[in-house]
Amino acid sequence: MSTRIFPGRYESLAEIAEFVRLEAKEAELSFKEIFELETAVDEAVSNIIEHAYGGEGIGDITCTATRVEDGIQIILEDHGQPFDPSCVPVPDINAHLKNRKNHGLGYFLMCELMDDVKFEFSNNFNKLTLFKQHM
Amino acid sequence: MKFRYGARDIITLLVSKSAVERKMEIKTTHFKHCDVVKVTGRVDSATSPHLSEEFAKINDEGRFKIVVDCTGVEFISSAGLRVLISTLKNCRRYNRGDLVLAGMPENIHSVFDLAGFTSIFKIYNDVVSAVGSF
Repeated sequence: MSTRIFPGRYESLAEIAEFVRLEAKEAELSFKEIFELETAVDEAVSNIIEHAYGGEGIGDITCTATRVEDGIQIILEDHGQPFDPSCVPVPDINAHLKNRKNHGLGYFLMCELMDDVKFEFSNNFNKLTLFKQHM
Repeated sequence: MKFRYGARDIITLLVSKSAVERKMEIKTTHFKHCDVVKVTGRVDSATSPHLSEEFAKINDEGRFKIVVDCTGVEFISSAGLRVLISTLKNCRRYNRGDLVLAGMPENIHSVFDLAGFTSIFKIYNDVVSAVGSF
């Protein structure tokens, strides 16, 4: 298990991606699986900064990577506002261009690319667990 | 962030934060019928505002026919997709142009496919074919 704490800034995204990539390689995920995990984590971290913290430089994000028998688990923790996934509308990916919304894709991509996504909230503490299985 | 100006019609935008981060580079070449925007590296929430600024600059000059050379794109998040869809809408307005994509790596294409973007954007195998479409 490896844990690192990153500033809640968009500049941290590339560093978090690097951290996740290295751990995923150790967990023997394929190139495609690593790319999908990197995408999901990027979306999750961006959501934390934008929605939980409401902007950059408000709080930190703790990232824990744990190699498990059949894949890798990434836990992201923050101290921002709780995020209610049921409030996120599912984007219509077949909609005509004029009806396409510019927002709402991040959460959709995260759920589509991961094998399991779990949100937990307690007092001023949010925990998001992402699991990616290797083939 | 560094801005480097080469030939009059070529602008290179280099976004480099630290050694560990992979930068995004934008290089725009103005042709008679269209503009080719070559994007290299990561397009995420940190870098996509710079891509948005570049597209806005092109549109502000009254140019709405854009080829995005994706050959060097290593990563794109929904923030990058938002910039592309927003610019696509702007370019196609009044039938004044289009934003087309060229040379897309397989993993980037899979993100577009998942987001339902492959049916919206015109995607070409290479830049020459994309430029020739205008």
